[in-house]
Amino acid sequence: MAEELEKVDAVIVGTGWAGGIAAAELTKAGHKVVALERGKAQSREDFIGAKDELKYSIRYHMMQDLSKDTVTTRSSRKDVARPVRNNSRARMGNDTGGASAHWNGVSFRWMPYDFEIYSKTVEKYGKDKIPKNSRIQDWGITYDEIEPYYDKYEKTTGVSAEENPIGPWRSDEYPNPRMKSTPSIDLFKKAGESLGYHPYHLPSGNMSEQYTNPDGETINACVYCAFCEEHGCDFGAKADPIVTVLETANKTGNFEIRNESTVTEVVHDGSKATGLKYIDNLTGKEYIQPADIVVLAGFVFTNNKLLLKSKIGEPYDPETETGVIGRNFTGHFSNISTYIGARGFFNDKKFNLAMGAGSLGATLDDFSGDNIDHSDLDFLHGYEIRYYHLGKRPIANNDVPEGTPAWGKEYKEKNLFYHNRNILVRAKVAFLPNRYTYLDLDPTYKDELGDPLLRVTVEYQEDDIKRAQHGVDTCEEIVKEMGADIIDRVDVDDNAEFDHMFYTNHFIGGAIMGEDPKTSAVNRYSQMWDMENLFVLGGSSFPHVSSHDPTETIGAFAYLSSEGMIDYLKGDGGLLIEPKEKKEA
Amino acid sequence: MADNEENKKGKASTNEEGVDPTRRRFIKNTGFVIGGVAGGSLLGGLFTSQGSKKDEVKEDDSAKATPTEARMFFERYEDFVVLEQATERILPKDDSGPGAIELGVPYYIDKQMAGTWGINGTDYRQGPFVTKEPTIDQSSLTRGQIMISGIRKMNEESKKRFDVSFDEAEEDQQIEILTAFESSEIKMYGANAGSFFGLLRELTIEGAYSDPLYGGNRDMAGWKMKEFPGAVPSYGDIIEQEEFVKKDPVSLTSYQQKS
Repeated sequence: MAEELEKVDAVIVGTGWAGGIAAAELTKAGHKVVALERGKAQSREDFIGAKDELKYSIRYHMMQDLSKDTVTTRSSRKDVARPVRNNSRARMGNDTGGASAHWNGVSFRWMPYDFEIYSKTVEKYGKDKIPKNSRIQDWGITYDEIEPYYDKYEKTTGVSAEENPIGPWRSDEYPNPRMKSTPSIDLFKKAGESLGYHPYHLPSGNMSEQYTNPDGETINACVYCAFCEEHGCDFGAKADPIVTVLETANKTGNFEIRNESTVTEVVHDGSKATGLKYIDNLTGKEYIQPADIVVLAGFVFTNNKLLLKSKIGEPYDPETETGVIGRNFTGHFSNISTYIGARGFFNDKKFNLAMGAGSLGATLDDFSGDNIDHSDLDFLHGYEIRYYHLGKRPIANNDVPEGTPAWGKEYKEKNLFYHNRNILVRAKVAFLPNRYTYLDLDPTYKDELGDPLLRVTVEYQEDDIKRAQHGVDTCEEIVKEMGADIIDRVDVDDNAEFDHMFYTNHFIGGAIMGEDPKTSAVNRYSQMWDMENLFVLGGSSFPHVSSHDPTETIGAFAYLSSEGMIDYLKGDGGLLIEPKEKKEA
Repeated sequence: MADNEENKKGKASTNEEGVDPTRRRFIKNTGFVIGGVAGGSLLGGLFTSQGSKKDEVKEDDSAKATPTEARMFFERYEDFVVLEQATERILPKDDSGPGAIELGVPYYIDKQMAGTWGINGTDYRQGPFVTKEPTIDQSSLTRGQIMISGIRKMNEESKKRFDVSFDEAEEDQQIEILTAFESSEIKMYGANAGSFFGLLRELTIEGAYSDPLYGGNRDMAGWKMKEFPGAVPSYGDIIEQEEFVKKDPVSLTSYQQKS
């Protein structure tokens, strides 16, 4: 029998950016908040001296323990889904700070086009332009409305950037100047410019200078040590929830993080959530934490699994296209959206590629969103082109020109020669929702508590493949302009299928926002249509994934949602915004 | 903070000058060919098992052998020497630097197989599993079990094709067998042979380039070959430079503060 604890104002699942921002805003407004975190306690001290590629990057020390819970995956509705058994296929975050502790810091705004993708497409190209299985839809909010929250997130996290020459309007400048440059970044930018594109430095959550944010939290200046991705920052120089929003929440005295607490269910009476049921991992004891509002701010899989398991909202069925929970699943999939492009090998140039930072590099937006005319193209949306100066760690980076054997004498020779002489220009490609890419519960596999695993079905469509191939062409053009001696395409096959990799952490949807409860689970405040005191935050609420990294957009919506939560707690309840169409009885 | 930085730099430079000088001298004095320190214990093992000439194992050498280099996971000596030769073919010694054996890769793999990762400690391990030639990550066997299965199959195949154990086979013969694994031409128990080869290759690269604390990358020779400087505290002052900066590598032993 679960022990019922003393009621608080808000209980949150997860301590990443979404949960952390909600915690900071609610506690600053005087509300008592408990955050339940599945993983262990983690602070800056955990990361000092942590420059260990094997432990963090190859053995995934900061990632979820999959022996307890994972997902199953298939690339077609006809297949039997298999479990993701190892972290080499899934870098899902764990512990205090979640994935936001080991992220790279790339901090983009999404485009005005993203939020109104359906209307803008119909307006410009007509309804027939939308592919048959595509399910693009408007978000029920515009860029102009979310802009102030982007600004707020950027100030909290000290985004270090130069302005995107063709980017959306901004109400203020970035809080910090851009990161340093390197010879290979300069080469990329020069090549882009000479081709008539508009390259600029990657907007960075690694600090170009020491920075103190409006909440009074200080983030140190980045030293470009290159142990950023998959690592916590050795120097407190990466914006993460631990050094910012969680610290802000802690200082109020209104906040408690309960670590090693695995949430198993949203407790509710059918119309309102009453709290969260969780298990203390260390003792096995079950508790209920009652609260006035319940906030799900876990990773996309956690949020969707909890909704399905708690029987909140109607599960999506791709055959009948009824139900909402699980629909519009998208993401940056490895073999079609992320690790594709063109690799250039230089015989006479040697770069300092061991150096770098998680969000050091340059990018261009000439092919993003609707920046290219799609009239004669057989896809919608587009891609971001990026050269990334992450720092090449030696286990993960062993690239040789195509045709070289994968091991032995020739491999070793070429591998050593080219290690600091090759660079990858990649296309970061949007993936648009389709009818058959969705989440539900697996019929076979169970988690450690005996509950079904979440099942992920991803069917690539022809337009997804065309979009990605277009991106590879552009990468090749740029690498050629950079003067590489050998150029290898990291290509996308015409028949490419989902490769069951959940590597990028950019997975989106399932409990999406919108204006109509028939096609959305939450409103712009991430408030559930079906349960007014339940807020479901994070990437799970986005109707599609843009070409750009999602973190800043998650942060912006967490700020908007927090405002909604505070209003809700002040008022007499009810929906913060009315739906456009009433749900059919 | 400034003190810490100084301290780190101080330790790093001590390391550059003379980490483990005894080992280097030992390597130099013993002529260190393929086999290296591993060869030393190999000889010891052989002599012991033959029950004679024990006195020929130089006491001096055994005293200097690294105490962390003994088999933790591989129980059979004959499996370990197959592993040694297989990794050496994947990453051979050449003019640019040492090969897998000299880098300590086989001992690195032995330690990995003996730990959490070798028993798939944080992997999802509930069935049903894929039964027909599964990839490593869908197999019902642990990585350690697959490693033993693959190594023994490699030896068996060598005996079948060339009438000689894998470790005694000619380089070309060893390469032929590894190629047959890589292309999944060979069928082995517990996993697809190509997937097993992928595991072996990945482990070899890990052993060459992970921090020496894990038992490979001996003397940071892997990093030196690759011109990777290891745990450098900061590149803030040099990242903008046009020229390639060559630095002596820093291991975590010198980077992490000791009280």
